[in-house]
Amino acid sequence: MSLLETHALKAFYGDFQALFDVDFHVEAGETVAIIGANGAGKSTFLRAVAGVLKSAPDMVLYDGRPIGGLPAHDIVRAGIAMVPEGRMLFPSLTVEENLRMGGYGGRSGRWNLNAIYELFPVLGERRHVAAPDLSGGQQQMAAIGRALMSNPRLLLCDELSLGLAPIVIRDIYARLSDIANDGTTLIIVEQDINQALAAADRFYCLQEGRVSLTGPAAGYDRDAVTAAYFGV
Amino acid sequence: MDWYSIIAQGCLIGGLYALFAVGLSLIFGIMRLVNIAHGDLITLSAFLALIAAEVLGLYPLATLIIVVPVMFALGYGLQRGVLNRTLGESILPPLLVTFGMSIVIQNVLLELFGADTHRLVVGTLETASLTLPGGVAIGVFPLIIFLVAVAVIGGLQLMFYRTDIGRAFRATSDDSVTVELMGADNRHLYGLAMAIALAVTGCAGVFLAVRTNFDPSIGPSRLIYAFEAIIIGGLGNLWGTLAGAVILGIAQSIGAAIKPDFQILAGHIAFLLVLAVRPNGLFPRMRD
Repeated sequence: MSLLETHALKAFYGDFQALFDVDFHVEAGETVAIIGANGAGKSTFLRAVAGVLKSAPDMVLYDGRPIGGLPAHDIVRAGIAMVPEGRMLFPSLTVEENLRMGGYGGRSGRWNLNAIYELFPVLGERRHVAAPDLSGGQQQMAAIGRALMSNPRLLLCDELSLGLAPIVIRDIYARLSDIANDGTTLIIVEQDINQALAAADRFYCLQEGRVSLTGPAAGYDRDAVTAAYFGV
Repeated sequence: MDWYSIIAQGCLIGGLYALFAVGLSLIFGIMRLVNIAHGDLITLSAFLALIAAEVLGLYPLATLIIVVPVMFALGYGLQRGVLNRTLGESILPPLLVTFGMSIVIQNVLLELFGADTHRLVVGTLETASLTLPGGVAIGVFPLIIFLVAVAVIGGLQLMFYRTDIGRAFRATSDDSVTVELMGADNRHLYGLAMAIALAVTGCAGVFLAVRTNFDPSIGPSRLIYAFEAIIIGGLGNLWGTLAGAVILGIAQSIGAAIKPDFQILAGHIAFLLVLAVRPNGLFPRMRD
């Protein structure tokens, strides 16, 4: 049984349909990348899994259990955490308070404040700083740390590299592979194909709300991916 | 005219106004809900105190142990049952619904208690006074109200900055979507926020019932005082609300000293002056 499966997942923003019958699965311990152009439905997919967008219950199965209709706060407590696009730290809270908010659901596990500060030492140094005063890279680390604080089995990462310098992106992805090696299952959404495929075991390519290509990340066919990405 | 005394009295009245305002401020800060029925909920609390005092024979201030928990429970129920459904993109539905509640509460109280004025009598405490250095006498009871207001605001600040639930209140005020991704249920958080706000309101209602005459129609004017205190102090800052309430109290006190029927107007004028000079209030803290 897969850790997470979606069957014919559809998602809507009002009348606008953003996902069409997406079939997807991720096994425990795997890292899966979702790539695609702007507006392909990558973030929408993560939002539907996290419960921010509602779907029919059996469109999303977690550990075999239908979770498609559950509110987001129940899904976090079940063990699926999200690092949202644009970090979305709470601006009036300090770094440490943001991290503590991540643990609000009260799941126990190996992640706590000390473990996060070990993973990202700079957050420990700046823990009493207001979240907006961090650099972009530090904010991304705080957003990852905050999601980890809920001790997830499945971590959803939305556009971690957005707006960050290459050296910072490399650093963050190195930490991400530590997290994966620790046994956490990852779904990473990226526009940057190389970055995403280097970190992943398998990938899905979305195009206009549909899966246009899927396969193992190692030794992928560059032409096929380009065609699936741009639809040319 | 003894200015020292006038300012001391006004300052103490500000304690009561601060208690009126805190619940309103809390609710607006956490969920952007403007509760038009807030003044009538203060009146309702005063009548609950009256019932508790007359039916159970409690000492007026002892009615707090009944009124505060009842208002806490009412707040949670009201939020979960009614007000949560009105929250969304537009701020109009909660305004309309609480406006309707305001009218309903006033008329139900009028039906049950008539238009007569009531008052709770606390005996010697009402007339007890202290003499400050400088020869100014202040009432013990107004001083108690002021100290309670300071304690309530201090307690709420501790809650906001030192507890998990307080942190969640601040987080949901920042971003109510992302807070759900942390495992927090907004419907429950909002319920608790309204419960806490109405517990403070219950406290304000009991003090009001002892301090002044009340009847079912006095809610809206208390709502105005509460609004004015919040705006003068600056949105999102509870200590600012206390400062605003004190400024309002002093202005009314000075107005009354100049001419008794000038009291209320003087408060409104002070409010308008602050608004003209500092449209965001004296100590704004809200980010938007």
